[in-house]
Amino acid sequence: MVTLASSEIWDLLNSIPDPEVPAISIVELGVVRDVRITDSNVEVDITPTYSGCPALKSMEEQIRAKLLLVGLTPSIKTIYKPAWTTDWMSDETKEKLRAYGIAPPEKLSFENLHPFANNDKGPVACPFCSSTDTSLTSRFGSTACKALHFCNGCRQPFEQFKCH
Amino acid sequence: MMTDLQKALIDFCLRIADNSLIHAQRISEWTGHGPILEEDIAMSNVALDLIGQSRGFYTYAAQIDGDGKTEDFYAFRRGEREFRNKLMVEQPDNKDFGFTMMKLFLNGCFDYLMFRDLMKSTDETISGLAAKSIKEVTYHVRHAGDWVVRLGDGTEESHQRIQNSLNELWPYTNELFEQDSVDALLISNGIAFDKEKFRDEWTKMVYEIFAKATLSVPENNTYSPTGGLKGIHSEHLGYLLAEMQYLPRTYPDAVW
Repeated sequence: MVTLASSEIWDLLNSIPDPEVPAISIVELGVVRDVRITDSNVEVDITPTYSGCPALKSMEEQIRAKLLLVGLTPSIKTIYKPAWTTDWMSDETKEKLRAYGIAPPEKLSFENLHPFANNDKGPVACPFCSSTDTSLTSRFGSTACKALHFCNGCRQPFEQFKCH
Repeated sequence: MMTDLQKALIDFCLRIADNSLIHAQRISEWTGHGPILEEDIAMSNVALDLIGQSRGFYTYAAQIDGDGKTEDFYAFRRGEREFRNKLMVEQPDNKDFGFTMMKLFLNGCFDYLMFRDLMKSTDETISGLAAKSIKEVTYHVRHAGDWVVRLGDGTEESHQRIQNSLNELWPYTNELFEQDSVDALLISNGIAFDKEKFRDEWTKMVYEIFAKATLSVPENNTYSPTGGLKGIHSEHLGYLLAEMQYLPRTYPDAVW
């Protein structure tokens, strides 16, 4: 018998930090898609950020561990639809990223899906000094979800959470 | 008892998954050997995306099969005659960065157009996996396309080397569009789409980049290697699998 309310389970999940970007939670990241309470159990739907994200397994284990503490053994399902997008992050979440030193993703626009589309949204603002005198160093960063930039204002490299 | 449609759907998923996995395995050979650190990281990330895509399609195939199979069974317990990837992706890169980028570009443009269609599939899982994969593939094509232009329109040596890569890989592109009765059955059910219909668009896409890169497509090409749909491969695949499958074959009880 599940005695917790859905909102309480969401709160518990919201206390699990992203293993790679601990400044935000897995709920804020948009990985937790749904929580359903059944008679005897709880079902959690999660979706990967990138198809090959190695952190997904760790997130699943943390969800399991967290809910076990309140006596629940969740059944966790990986879903792909709708595909994860950085647009699910709230402004508040993006601000947390910026304060942590990662430039937040811009708003996604769908006409840019084509690989040759000009998706240049202008330089990304430096999360440290806010300068827009920055340049892209590499499209790929330390994790699948980030790109590497350099700020000419404060002469520091920084990462950006890619718009996806 | 499985229906013909279910069998076809398993084959269809394995073809996509095998192609992404074998491509990823080749790209991941660069990990620790990239020409510069950023590209080393980039290639590892691209390989990771492709492995992730293959996992999604393997898992769905295993689910339809329902015989206790898992994604790992498909990746690690099948021989080369059972793999359904296209011959292009198994070709060795021989530490030629331009060759890797050209292959990623040619196959990536194809995958982009294929997934764009599959997003409209009547099969919910297929359309979901396609919507997920296309975002990553788009990013890969953008990256590889930039390198094709940069190397093609670069120095005399970089131009010649990437032109050589194009000459070598171009004959393999014909196989990308091959279809058979598996496709026909799925097309008639709205699950898959006719690849011939986007062939012109694919050609236009790659020519657009080749023009910028000052590269020319080999003319009067009559050589067109084929066999992936039937599991008939070049000799390179066996060596690749021997390395990739070594651990699970040697220690069958090993767990992650």
